[in-house]
Amino acid sequence: MSFRILGTGSALPQCVKTNDDLAQILDTSDQWIRTRTGICRRHVMTTETVTDLAAEASRKALEQAGIVPEELGWILCPTVGGDYITPGLSATLQAALGAHCPAMDINAACSGFLFALDAAEGIFARKKARYVLIAAAEGLSRIMDWEDRSTCVLFGDGAGAVVLGEGESLLSLHLETKGCPEPLHGCFPGGNSPWLSVKPENHFVHMDGQEVYKFAVSTICSGIETILQETGVSPEEIRHVILHQANLRIIDAARKKLPIPGDRYRLCIQETGNLSAASIPVLLDFCRRDQLLKPGDLMILCGFGAGFTSGTALVRWEP
Amino acid sequence: MTDLERLEKIICEYKELEPGTLTPETTFQELELDSLDLVDMTMACEDEFGVSIELDDNLKTIADLLDLIRKD
Repeated sequence: MSFRILGTGSALPQCVKTNDDLAQILDTSDQWIRTRTGICRRHVMTTETVTDLAAEASRKALEQAGIVPEELGWILCPTVGGDYITPGLSATLQAALGAHCPAMDINAACSGFLFALDAAEGIFARKKARYVLIAAAEGLSRIMDWEDRSTCVLFGDGAGAVVLGEGESLLSLHLETKGCPEPLHGCFPGGNSPWLSVKPENHFVHMDGQEVYKFAVSTICSGIETILQETGVSPEEIRHVILHQANLRIIDAARKKLPIPGDRYRLCIQETGNLSAASIPVLLDFCRRDQLLKPGDLMILCGFGAGFTSGTALVRWEP
Repeated sequence: MTDLERLEKIICEYKELEPGTLTPETTFQELELDSLDLVDMTMACEDEFGVSIELDDNLKTIADLLDLIRKD
C-alpha cells in the first residue's frame, strides 16, 4: 500500500520581482542572472505569511481532491521554516485550515517533499490515515542576504500542496543524506545568552555554488539511473521529469547525461526561482493545471539540496 | 593519446570547437567558460581520467586543470 495523488495546489505571493528590478538594488543584470540560472522573475512575500501561502495551496489541493480538512488524517509540511522557530508550519497551517489531525514539519531542505512522500507511504502502510496533506511552503526571501548578489537572485517564495489517498501510485522511492553542511547552510539568529562564547554567523543563507552544482548533477543522475534500473522502466516510458527547480544549468546538465528524452523535463524556474521544498509540488500543480498529465503517465520526481540531501521517486499519475 | 589531447577533446566537444585550437596556456576566460562550466569540465575529467578533482579558485588555464588531474 502506498498512495495516490488526489489533488494538487499552489500559491505564490502577489509581488513579482524581475531581474531588472534586482539590478536596481544590486550590482547584477538580467543577462547575468538568465545565463547563469535561467531565472527571469520570482515572487516575494510582502504582507503574506508562509502559513497564508501553505493554506492557499492546501485549500486548492483539498478542493480538487474533494476532501474537507476534517477528513485529513495527517498533515506533513516540508519546509526550512514556517512563520515561527516554534511552533512549526504544520501547526499554524492546521489551525488555518481548521483540521484536527496530527501535523509535523519535515526539514530536509530542498529535498523535503520527497522525504514527506516517504513518511506518507509509511502512514498509509500502517493504516493511520485515509487522507494525508503534504504542504510544502517556503519564505526564503526572509533569510537571504539582499546585498549578496550570488545568492539572493536565486530564490523565491511560494507553496505547493498535494492531497494523498490510499493507492498504489508510488512505484519506487530513494532517499539519501550525506552530512556536509558547509557548502549550503543558514544559521539560527543569534540570541542574547550571556554564556555564548562563540559569535554566531549571520542567519542568511550561505552557498558555494560550484560544490552545490556538482552534488546536484551527480545525485540527480545517480538517483534516476538507480530507479530506472531497479524498476526496469525504460527511459522512453517516463513522460515527465519533475526536478527540483534550483538552476536551469543543473537541469540542462542532468538532461544531457541522462537517457530520458529531453522534451520530458518540466520547468517553472523561469517564473518562480528556487522555491526549495515547494518547487516540486508547485511544478506538479502547474503541469496538472496545464493538462500535461494524463492518467497512467509515469513521472520522476527528484529533489536535492542542503544537507546534502536528495530523493528520487517514480510515481504513476492516476488521480 | 596524451593527457593534454584527452583534455582538449573534452573541452572541444563541450564548446563545439575544432580540435587543435587549444594550448596549455589557453584560459577558460578566453573560452567564455563560467564557474558552472568549469564544474562540468572537472566532472567530465573525473570520468575520463578516473580521478577526483578538488575545485580550486586558482583554476585559470588548461595547464592548471591538467595539474589538478595529475595531482590526484
